[in-house]
Amino acid sequence: MQQSPSPSRFPAMWTSFMSWVDRRFPATETFEYHMSKYYAPKNFNFWYYFGVLATVVLVLQLVTGIWLTMSYVPSGDGAFASVEYIMRDVEFGWLLRYLHTTGASAFFVVVYLHMFRGLMYGSYREPRELLWLIGMAIFVAMMAEGFFGYLLPWGNMSWWAAQVIVSLFGAIPVIGADLEQWIRGDFLISEVTLNRFFALHVVALPLVLVMLVFVHIVALHHVGSNNPDGVEIKKHKNADGVPLDGIPFHPYYTIGHDLPGIVLFLIVFCAIVFYLPEMGGYFIEKPNFEEANPLKTPAHIAPVWYYTPFYAMLRAATYPLVGLDAKFWGFVVMAGAIVVPAVLPWLDRSPVKSIRYKGMISKVMLGIFIVSFFILGYLGTIPPSKYATLLAQICTVLYFAYFVLMPWYTRVEKTKPAPDRVTTR
Amino acid sequence: MSGDGFNKQRRYFLIGATSVVGGLGVVGAAVPFVKSWNPSAKARALGAPVTVDFSRLNPGEMLGPIPAWRGQPVFILYRTPEALATLSKLDASRADPASERDQQPEYARNEWRSRRPEIGVYIGLCTHLGCSPKYFPLVTPEPFDANWEGGFFCPCHGSMFDLAGRVAKGVPAPSNLPVPPYTFVSDKVVTIGVDEEHA
Repeated sequence: MQQSPSPSRFPAMWTSFMSWVDRRFPATETFEYHMSKYYAPKNFNFWYYFGVLATVVLVLQLVTGIWLTMSYVPSGDGAFASVEYIMRDVEFGWLLRYLHTTGASAFFVVVYLHMFRGLMYGSYREPRELLWLIGMAIFVAMMAEGFFGYLLPWGNMSWWAAQVIVSLFGAIPVIGADLEQWIRGDFLISEVTLNRFFALHVVALPLVLVMLVFVHIVALHHVGSNNPDGVEIKKHKNADGVPLDGIPFHPYYTIGHDLPGIVLFLIVFCAIVFYLPEMGGYFIEKPNFEEANPLKTPAHIAPVWYYTPFYAMLRAATYPLVGLDAKFWGFVVMAGAIVVPAVLPWLDRSPVKSIRYKGMISKVMLGIFIVSFFILGYLGTIPPSKYATLLAQICTVLYFAYFVLMPWYTRVEKTKPAPDRVTTR
Repeated sequence: MSGDGFNKQRRYFLIGATSVVGGLGVVGAAVPFVKSWNPSAKARALGAPVTVDFSRLNPGEMLGPIPAWRGQPVFILYRTPEALATLSKLDASRADPASERDQQPEYARNEWRSRRPEIGVYIGLCTHLGCSPKYFPLVTPEPFDANWEGGFFCPCHGSMFDLAGRVAKGVPAPSNLPVPPYTFVSDKVVTIGVDEEHA
C-alpha cells in the first residue's frame, strides 16, 4: 500500500513549493488524512454512492442558488415577476432555475437513499452515534432550507404552503398564536415573511448546512466508514497500522467508484432537467404558475413530494387527546416522525450491525417501514378522504413501530454470526 | 494544573460567575434580534381598522373574501331570516355551539355570533391550518355533506362551518371562525378592527 506519491515523481519546483506551504499550512497532511491515507472498507457497494452524490448536489445548489440570487427580487410585487424574468429574459436563466428546482428534489432523493443505507447496514451504531446525529441535523436543516426556498417564487402554492406550515406552530398551546405571528412578522404571510425567508434560505441555512456537512465528514473520517457487512475494519491492521480490509479513499474510491457514479447520476439528472423539469407537477406544482393570492386557496394543497410522507402523518392525527386539539397532535406526530430516527443508535440492541446478519424480524420490519413510507408519501399528495385517512393512520403506526419495537425485536431474534473480516461478492 | 498554590474553589467560582454574566449578556444581545421579527410599525399601521361599505349586498349573499383588517380575508354575510332559523337546528352537530371558546368579542358571543343577527362578520381563515373556506350558502346536498344546511367548506382538509362560522364536530378545525372586532358606522357601513361604537 505505497500510495502516497514519492517526492521524486514530481518536479523539484513543485516539491519545494509544497514544502514551503506545508511549513505554513497542513496541506499535504490534510490531503493524506482525508483522501490518500483515509482507508475505506474495500467492500463498498451501490449504496455507498449517495453520500458523495449529496455533496455534489449541495455544491450544485450553492452555485445555481448564488446565480439565481443575482436576478431574483425578494419583494411582494417583484418576486413572481423576477422568476418569470429569469425563465424568459435572462440568458440560460431557465437552466439555472431548473437545475436548482430539480437539484432540490435530487438532494432529497440521494439523502433518503443515503439514510436508508444507514438503516440497512447499521451505520448509526457505536461508534458512529454522533456521525448519525450530525446527519439528522443536516436532514432537518435541509427540510427547513427547502421550506424557506419554496416561498421565494411567490406562486400561489408557495404562499399557501407557507400559510399552512406556519399555522402549524399555532397548534402549540398558550404561545402558539404569538409564535405564528412572530415567524410571519405580519398578520398574514406577506412581503415581510418573504424577505426573512429569503435571508434564511440564501444566507443562514446554507451556512449551517455547509458547516454541518463539514463536521459530518470530520466525524466520519475520525471513526471510519461502516460497510455492508457492518464489521469494523480497524480490528485487523498490518504492521504499518493500515486496516487489512481498507483501501485508500483516493484514488480507489474517488476515481474508481465515485467519479463514474457522479457521471451516471448527472446523466439521469440532466435528462430530468431538460425533459421533465416539472415532473408532472411533483417538482414544480401547477398552482405555482399563478401569483400568490391570499384570497384564493388552491383547490388542493399538497407539499412537494419530499415532504408528503410527513404531511400525510400530520393529517392522520384526527382525534383530540388529553384536552389538546387533533391539530396539536398532528404537529407532534409530524415533528416526531422527522426526528425519531435520531435515537436509533440507542434503540438497536442487535449483536450485529448489518441487515445481512440480522434476523427475519428486522428484515420484515425494515421492509414494512419502507413500504409505509412510500404509501404515506403517496397519500400526502392526494386530497384527504375517509379511507385515505384510515390508511395513513395504519401506515403512521407501522412507521413508528419500526422504531418503538426495535429494542424488543433486535434482542429476541436469531441473528447470523457476522464475519470477522469483510466479505466481497 | 492542579498543583499547590491554586485555589480550585475560587477558580471554579470565577469560571461559573463569568459564564453566568456572559450568558446573561448573550441573552440580552439576542433581544434585538428576536424582537426584530415582530410585526414592524409599518405592518401594524397597515393593520389599522378598515371601513367597508356593504350597501350592495343582498340577503343571502356574501361579500368576500375581501382583504380587510390586517390583510386577512374577511367574510361579510347578509343572512336571510330562514338561514338564521336553521342555526339553532345545528346546535347538536357543532363543536362549540354557544361560542364558549375565545374566538369572538363579547358582543358576538350569541346565537348568530354577530352584533346584528342578519349581518355576520368573520375572518375567513380556517382555524385548522389557515386555508380560506369556500361559501356554500344553499341548503342542498353537497358532495362533502348530504345534509348540508349552508355554510363554509374548507377544500384543504375538509372542515365545515355553518353560516355563523361555527365549526362542525368531527372535522380537523378545532374552533369556530374568529370574529374580528368591528362596529357599524352607519346602517350599511362597517369598520373592522375596532370594538367601540362611535355614534
